Amino acid sequence: MVKEIERAGIPVVHMCTVVPISLTVGANRIVPTIAIPHPLGNPSLDPKEEKALRRKLVERALEALQTEVEGQTVFEMK
Amino acid sequence: MGKFKVVHYINQFFAGIGGEEKADHRPEVREEVLGPGLALKAGFKDEAEIVATIICGDSYFGENIEEAKKEVLEMVKKYNPDLFIAGPAFNAGRYGVACGTIADAVQNELGIPSLTAMYEENPGADMFKKSVYIVSTKDSAAGMRDAVKKIVPLALKLVKGEEIGSPDEEGYLSRGIRKNFFTDKRGSERAVDMLIKKLKGEEFETEFPMPDFDRVPPNPAVKDITKATIAIVTSGGAVPKGNPDHIESSSAQKYGKYDIEGINDLTPENGETAHGGYDPVYANEDLDRVIPVDVLRDLEREGKIGKLHRYYYSTVGNGTAVANAKKFGEAIGKDLKEAGVDAVILTST
Repeated sequence: MVKEIERAGIPVVHMCTVVPISLTVGANRIVPTIAIPHPLGNPSLDPKEEKALRRKLVERALEALQTEVEGQTVFEMK
Repeated sequence: MGKFKVVHYINQFFAGIGGEEKADHRPEVREEVLGPGLALKAGFKDEAEIVATIICGDSYFGENIEEAKKEVLEMVKKYNPDLFIAGPAFNAGRYGVACGTIADAVQNELGIPSLTAMYEENPGADMFKKSVYIVSTKDSAAGMRDAVKKIVPLALKLVKGEEIGSPDEEGYLSRGIRKNFFTDKRGSERAVDMLIKKLKGEEFETEFPMPDFDRVPPNPAVKDITKATIAIVTSGGAVPKGNPDHIESSSAQKYGKYDIEGINDLTPENGETAHGGYDPVYANEDLDRVIPVDVLRDLEREGKIGKLHRYYYSTVGNGTAVANAKKFGEAIGKDLKEAGVDAVILTST
């Protein structure tokens, strides 16, 4: 799906936990996430902290979308 | 001569420990034959013996690839087997990646002959078919008998150091290796034969299949994110409460397009997951953990992004055929383009 959306001419960032799979399916901008059943959250945190964590991940994804890339690039959390 | 010693790797499901709720099971080793190992054992007869079975949860492996690999390698090392077999994983994505990763590591770091088995569309197949032998299986465990029939002879050839035949003969996925051999017809004759078959519309087999490099170059970056419309797409099965389109929990045949106008936060009342390939508890509690609607709404309100697109698109990426995923992606991409969406955040579980 990520490849077809990119092919349609829209920049796309793939947020996922298993980065090797994302590389195999051909995503160009990749942001690694927390865990398979909750990529954008962590149920062991309190709700406020959890939302802050999610915001950081989404902000990283927005940075990725604003970054020119040549090929497949993984944007680790800073 | 004694029997060859085999160590077998399987996931929590095939070990009978549990389903998705147990997918975070940490690696453990048992000195017994379990699950698919029983069929392998029957196939090996007196030639080889499974001395230990290593079990690891698929999510644990997928989320901790490096650590899990190290732990499993230590376990394998302890038994110093003659052969290592992982799977078969059929079309289970995380399991296939785990099987490929560990078979590759055992073979290339420990120098022990290894093989695994899975369906050709399993992401683990593309990742590892060049470095280890991957027996081609059907897409579900209904293909177990057929898989074992191919695994046993190939495994025995590997461990004995016998010559391995072509992918077609042995039933493994092509590794892209070319072998020189003598034929009775020279190249020009073979080429003309092939051309004649082609002209007649008959079937012919190329001697040099072109590799399939389907890569899409990245699009230029978003210039001004504060004016951009951003859409959410997911393979994590996010749906409005009640799954109105009845998206299938595995092998999805469709995707959904859902209106989120006026929704600032996802809750157990307005959203859930239809995905059958991971423990749904966390997503059902708070679907923002799969599609970050709450955060994107905040960013929209603060003017950090232009707009969150009115609809999100969702399917279930669980054993879903690549051809279907491609079709969904094409349709979604076209729709988003027509709607003037500038960028997409695609989340996967």
